[in-house]
Order: sequence, then C-alpha cells, then structure tokens
Amino acid sequence: MTANTIAEPRSGKVKYNRNKGAGSSFEMFAWLFMRLSGIVLVVLIFGHLFVNLMVGQGIHAIDFGFVAGKWASPFWQVWDLLMLWLAMLHGTNGVRTIINDYAERNATRMTLKTVLYVATVVIVVLGTLVIFTFDPCPAGAVTDLPSFCPAR
Amino acid sequence: MWSWVGHRVTGVVIFFFLLVHVLDTSLVRVSPEAYTAVIGAYKNPIMGLGEAGLVAAIVFHAFNGLRIILIDFWKSGPKYQRQMLWGVGGLWVVTMVPFLIRHLSIVFGGH
Repeated sequence: MTANTIAEPRSGKVKYNRNKGAGSSFEMFAWLFMRLSGIVLVVLIFGHLFVNLMVGQGIHAIDFGFVAGKWASPFWQVWDLLMLWLAMLHGTNGVRTIINDYAERNATRMTLKTVLYVATVVIVVLGTLVIFTFDPCPAGAVTDLPSFCPAR
Repeated sequence: MWSWVGHRVTGVVIFFFLLVHVLDTSLVRVSPEAYTAVIGAYKNPIMGLGEAGLVAAIVFHAFNGLRIILIDFWKSGPKYQRQMLWGVGGLWVVTMVPFLIRHLSIVFGGH
C-alpha cells in the first residue's frame, strides 16, 4: 500500500514534467499587445474602410491617383504606417497562437512559424518602403495621375 | 465557444487578405498603370461580394475583440459575456446594413 501512496503536492517528492518557464514575460506582453493594438486597429481600420469604400464614389474611385492623393498628406502616411505595423504584428501573433495550438509536432511548428515570421518581415518592410519612397507624380507616367501633378 | 471559433476563423481570413492587400498596394511603386490595372481587375461583382464578406468578417472580429477586452478587464465582464455577444450581433447588423446598402449599390450600380 505504501508504494502507491501519492506524495503531497509541492513536497519536493513529486517530479513535474511541466515547463517551469524561463522567467520571460513575453507571453504576457503578447496578450496585452493584442488588446491594446486591437483598440487602436478598430479606429484605424474603420476609418480606412469609411474613407475608401463609403465616401464619394466608393470603391469605384480607387486608382493610382486616389492613393497618390492620400499619401501626399503626412496624415494618411502616418495613419497607413501605423495600421500596417499594428495589423501585421496583431495578425502575426494571432496566427502564431493558432500554430502553437494545432501543430503538434515540434518540426511542423518550427517550420510554420519560420514561414510566418519571414512573410511578416517581408510585408512590413515592403509596405514601409512603399509608403516612404512613393512618388505621386512618377516621371514618364501619363495616366491616372492625381490632379496636383504638373502637366507634362 | 462559437464566438471563439468565429474570432479565430475571421482573424486568419483577415490576415491572409492583409498580406495580399499590402502586395497589391505596393504596385503603386511599380507604375500607375500596373496599380490601376490590378485594382481594375477587382472591380467586378464577384470581388464586390468578396469585399462585403471581408468587411463582415472585420466588423465581427472588431466588435467581438472589444467584447473580449471587456471580459478580461471589466469587473462584471465575465458575468455579462453572453449578453455582450448579443450586443456584438446587434452592432454587427447596425454597421453592416448601411455598409451593404452603400457598397452593393456602388458595386452593382453600374458606372
């Protein structure tokens, strides 16, 4: 009977297989980031959808000139930059959580997360460069230019 | 339970759209013609319905996300989580009806 006695929890006689954690609070910050960025993204994305889909001609108005007209203003540059970074980090962390939940093999999890992080870096860097190196009146272009471009 | 599933599914859908959306918008850096050509390919009724579905997913994810924040941070949040899910549904309808009237009349209005 004594051989089957269950040791008292935390008595030091029980070996837990559970991960004690590296003392990192990364997961807590990720959890908090999802909530804080979520609130900001509701405002940024609802504003984005309202201006691009609801006002004026709606989605019919979207062409090069429409984007150029918006990014001529630092207001929309900053708006879109914030939206890009927050949405990509929020989305990447969400997909990271889902991969951790459903991919059971270590190798599968690592592979999927590597693909995810590479895609995230590529998209964030590309989007940031496009917002800041964008020329609303590119040389040689003739069609769909915004009205403020000098006539050529 | 189902709101949790819905939040995950809409989240993944929005994430994959976002990847494509940054790539197509990046074409403004290639040339005005390239961007306008690709956006022009989106301007048909099938993509218009897809956009409506995407906005429906975003609006649910947004309001349910705010509900999650209230469940986590508001003292009475867990107690009222079910009622708040009805609130999410109500706000979703209130947002989607004017949006669909406006968006679908633009998409099917024929310009």
